[in-house]
Amino acid sequence: MDTFKSLIVILLSSVFVNNYVLTRFLGICPFLGVSKKLNSATGMGIAVTFVMVLATAVTWPIQNYILGEEYSYLQTIVFILVIASLVQFIEMALKKFIPSLHKALGVYLPLITTNCAVLGVTLNNLTETSITTGANFTYIESLVNSLGVGLGFLLAMVLFSGMRQKIQESEIPESFKGLPATLIAASFISLAFFGFGGIVENIFK
Amino acid sequence: MTSILIAFAVVTAVGLIAGVLLALAAHFLHVPENEKITKVRECLPGINCGACGYNGCDEYAKAVAEEGAKTNLCVPGADSIAADIANVMGVEAQDVVEMVAFVGCNGNPEATSKLNDYNGVHTCVAASMIYGGPNDCKYGCLGCGDCAVDCPVSAICLKDGIAHVNPDICVGCGLCVKRCPKNIIKLIPQVAKVAVMCNNKEKGGAARKKCQNACIGCKKCELNCPSGAIKVENNLAVIDYDKCTNCGICADVCPTKCIHKIG
Repeated sequence: MDTFKSLIVILLSSVFVNNYVLTRFLGICPFLGVSKKLNSATGMGIAVTFVMVLATAVTWPIQNYILGEEYSYLQTIVFILVIASLVQFIEMALKKFIPSLHKALGVYLPLITTNCAVLGVTLNNLTETSITTGANFTYIESLVNSLGVGLGFLLAMVLFSGMRQKIQESEIPESFKGLPATLIAASFISLAFFGFGGIVENIFK
Repeated sequence: MTSILIAFAVVTAVGLIAGVLLALAAHFLHVPENEKITKVRECLPGINCGACGYNGCDEYAKAVAEEGAKTNLCVPGADSIAADIANVMGVEAQDVVEMVAFVGCNGNPEATSKLNDYNGVHTCVAASMIYGGPNDCKYGCLGCGDCAVDCPVSAICLKDGIAHVNPDICVGCGLCVKRCPKNIIKLIPQVAKVAVMCNNKEKGGAARKKCQNACIGCKKCELNCPSGAIKVENNLAVIDYDKCTNCGICADVCPTKCIHKIG
């Protein structure tokens, strides 16, 4: 039961408290670039979630069984290599076996090969500690954390695409049109998400 | 020294494994692409105007190659491209009916007047939202040039507050037709020699009061047309280009000269 509880805490905190886009400011490029329409925002969010979980599934064993403490400075280069080839592989496999999903994810899959949020989550999984046990993430905990981060990204994208459609229809001063208004809106959502800080830790106490 | 060698070996090994796996995957998971798509795509002009009814040239090429779409839908490309596509697909070439956009309004400042001044956002869509626009005639061109902005080949210019299409440049994609909030731009065959330059559906007197160049629905053209190609519907002359022989009699008899000889 305790492990299950700690997994729930990890999932919730990575979706809301440590939302990578809104509180850690990773993956801003797709957040601003692909959030104009709800459809593409959802597609991108699902693709990122998918890749994050798979990338963690591969990089966690690499760090813990191959690189170890001594060669941990190779993390960045090895992880990018692994993630990039993994995404290429997934794309080919999807095209062959699930063409419908391949069509739905479309251009977003290759776009996220070097997304900083994907690299960030694989690196952070190795240094972050579980709130309940105080130890580094285990394999399962890492996977759940990646899933949570991906879902958090999806949530941020969907929320923000709604907000952007609202902005597009409203009348705003000339100098704020376009990117400035978008950035200000992003900062407001980010502020809202800071309100989640400290909530999750106390729910299960 | 050994440590850097090991680091070197690890990265090389990971890279090699990933590379070999990808090469194997590319071999075993290869999905054959339809070669015809690329060939058809190469024939198309690539301005992505959407006149064929598909989202851009890529989708049209796919539809032609895989779903058996017609080969003569590319209006800007005209006959030569239709022939190329038919050649690639191995079917008989069909001619494209070349169309050009035509603005059906001649409400220049000498002929008509404004009801009020409009100082809002300078687009036709915005202007038409306020009581149908500032013009006295609610059917006429607003002259803000939304169509000119959308035109991919810059064939539309604004003269005397009315949009004019240069038929020599126009590729007939129909983007302006979709854009115009007053629906006064129409696609007519490139070979057409006459066109109605009015869109006013009010009764003769009311239309004439608002614009000197308006169609008053007198039916002179309908009665004089030897091939029965003109009908007056809703107080407005409409030319059926399938029957029109380009004789030009309608333009000669029209009392307000709203039927124009073009080309």
